[in-house]
This record gives sequence, C-alpha cells and structure tokens, in this order.
Amino acid sequence: MKNGLLFDFTVDKTTKTVFITREFDAGLSLVWDAFIKPEILDQWVAPKPWVSKTKFMDFKVGGRRFYAMVSPEGQERWAIQKYTSISPKTNFKYLNAFADKDENPELPGSDWDFNFSEQNGKTKVIITIYNESLDRLEKMIEMGFREGYAMSMKNLEELLATLSQSR
Amino acid sequence: MKQDIFQAIADPTRRAILTLIAIQALTPNAMAEKFDMSRQAVSKHIKVLQECKLIKPEPSGREIYYYFNPKKMQEIDNWLAQFRKIWETQFNQLDKVLSTLKKQKK
Repeated sequence: MKNGLLFDFTVDKTTKTVFITREFDAGLSLVWDAFIKPEILDQWVAPKPWVSKTKFMDFKVGGRRFYAMVSPEGQERWAIQKYTSISPKTNFKYLNAFADKDENPELPGSDWDFNFSEQNGKTKVIITIYNESLDRLEKMIEMGFREGYAMSMKNLEELLATLSQSR
Repeated sequence: MKQDIFQAIADPTRRAILTLIAIQALTPNAMAEKFDMSRQAVSKHIKVLQECKLIKPEPSGREIYYYFNPKKMQEIDNWLAQFRKIWETQFNQLDKVLSTLKKQKK
C-alpha cells in the first residue's frame, strides 16, 4: 500500500527546521479530514503500540487540541496544539508544545506548518517544523519507540564508555 | 540544563570553529587569532561546544588542544533516523485509515 508513494524527510540542523513530505493515495478532502478531525487523527497519529487520545479539539484559529499519547501500560504524555492559521484544504499552522495533564504547556514549543495539494487523485502533504530542539525530538522518539529509545541509550552508553577508555 | 546540540550548531561562529578544528586541533589562543576574537569570546563558544561533547580537550604540555568529536555528530544523525521512522509508521497507519474510509464512502 505504501509502495510508490513519495516520502521525504530532511532536517536542517543549523536552523532547527524539519521538512517532511508525504504523498497519500486519496483525495484532498479525505486527507485534509484525516489531519483535522479528532476521531480520524486518533486512529493514526500515535505510532503503535501507543494510542492517541484527544481530550478536546477546537479546529479554528486560536482554538486548541489537547491530547495524550497513551502507552500500553497506561502512561500518558500530554501535548497542546494551538492553531495559529487555517486556509481550508490548503494549509494550517499550529504551535506545538508538550504539556502536563492540567494543560500547562512546556514553552517554548515548535511551529508546525502543513500544506496540502492534490494531483491525479493523490494528495501531497508538506510539513515544516520550525524551532525544533533536540530535547523535544528525544521526547518524541521516547514516546514513539521505547525499544528504539532503549537501544539508542545503550548505544550512547557504549559510546561514552569507549570515549572514556580512549582518554 | 544540558546544552542543546541544535543550539550549539545554530551559531555561525561555532560552526566555523567546528569546521576549522575538524581539520586540525587548535588551542583557544589559536582560535582567537584565526577569528580575530577575544580570548573570552572564544572561551564561551568552547564551553558550549564542549558541554554537548562536539569537541574534546586534550592537554599537551601547558596548552590545551581542542579536537572535533565526529561520533557526537553521528549520534545526532542516529536520533534523527529514529524520528524519521516514527513518521514513517504514522503515515503507514494513515494509509490504512484512508483506504478504509475510501471503501466506506463507496
């Protein structure tokens, strides 16, 4: 199903900007809905085995989505997205920040920009993330891939051990 | 709080320092000379770079030489590869959701 669909991921480390482009085999309206309707978002936005739980979502400029990624053990990681600009079926932007369960954001957040365009029945989504920090990436990675995270911590340990031996 | 690597390399002078010492290890005095900066200014940059382990000091006699640490750069790339993987997983899930929704509409 994913065959032949464009996927591009690049990071400009010096400007802390992440560029993600992905094509989907569906029309613009459907793909747009998948990004702005909580009941659809919750079906795909958490990398399994985590699940996404949207507590509330008010898709309008100034409105917010408050949601949690929930681990199989029931651990909750909250985040807030505040919509700063919306052009229906073309573009929307939000400010993304991790938060505690009482909606207190951990500022500063990162700025996300989503662009949608349809061609030949396929929809291209271009996501640009500004002002991303390594700390936040680490957090997302931890949320998404606990095993991968554990592995890289092990790599880091080994790296540090090698470095201290070579001193 | 520990230094953010992105922050460390976001500064043009620090990038220039990294580029320079990737070729040849340098003392703080030599860096100050090359960049026409005060010793104090150089020390600040060195502190940031060293805190996130992008450079490492190596004493030689009375001088300290700073070396580039390519492994740390590699580490950033490894982190990013995982981040990419998360997106890949999410999008593959979305593919399935979209295909289900498309069938429902028909």
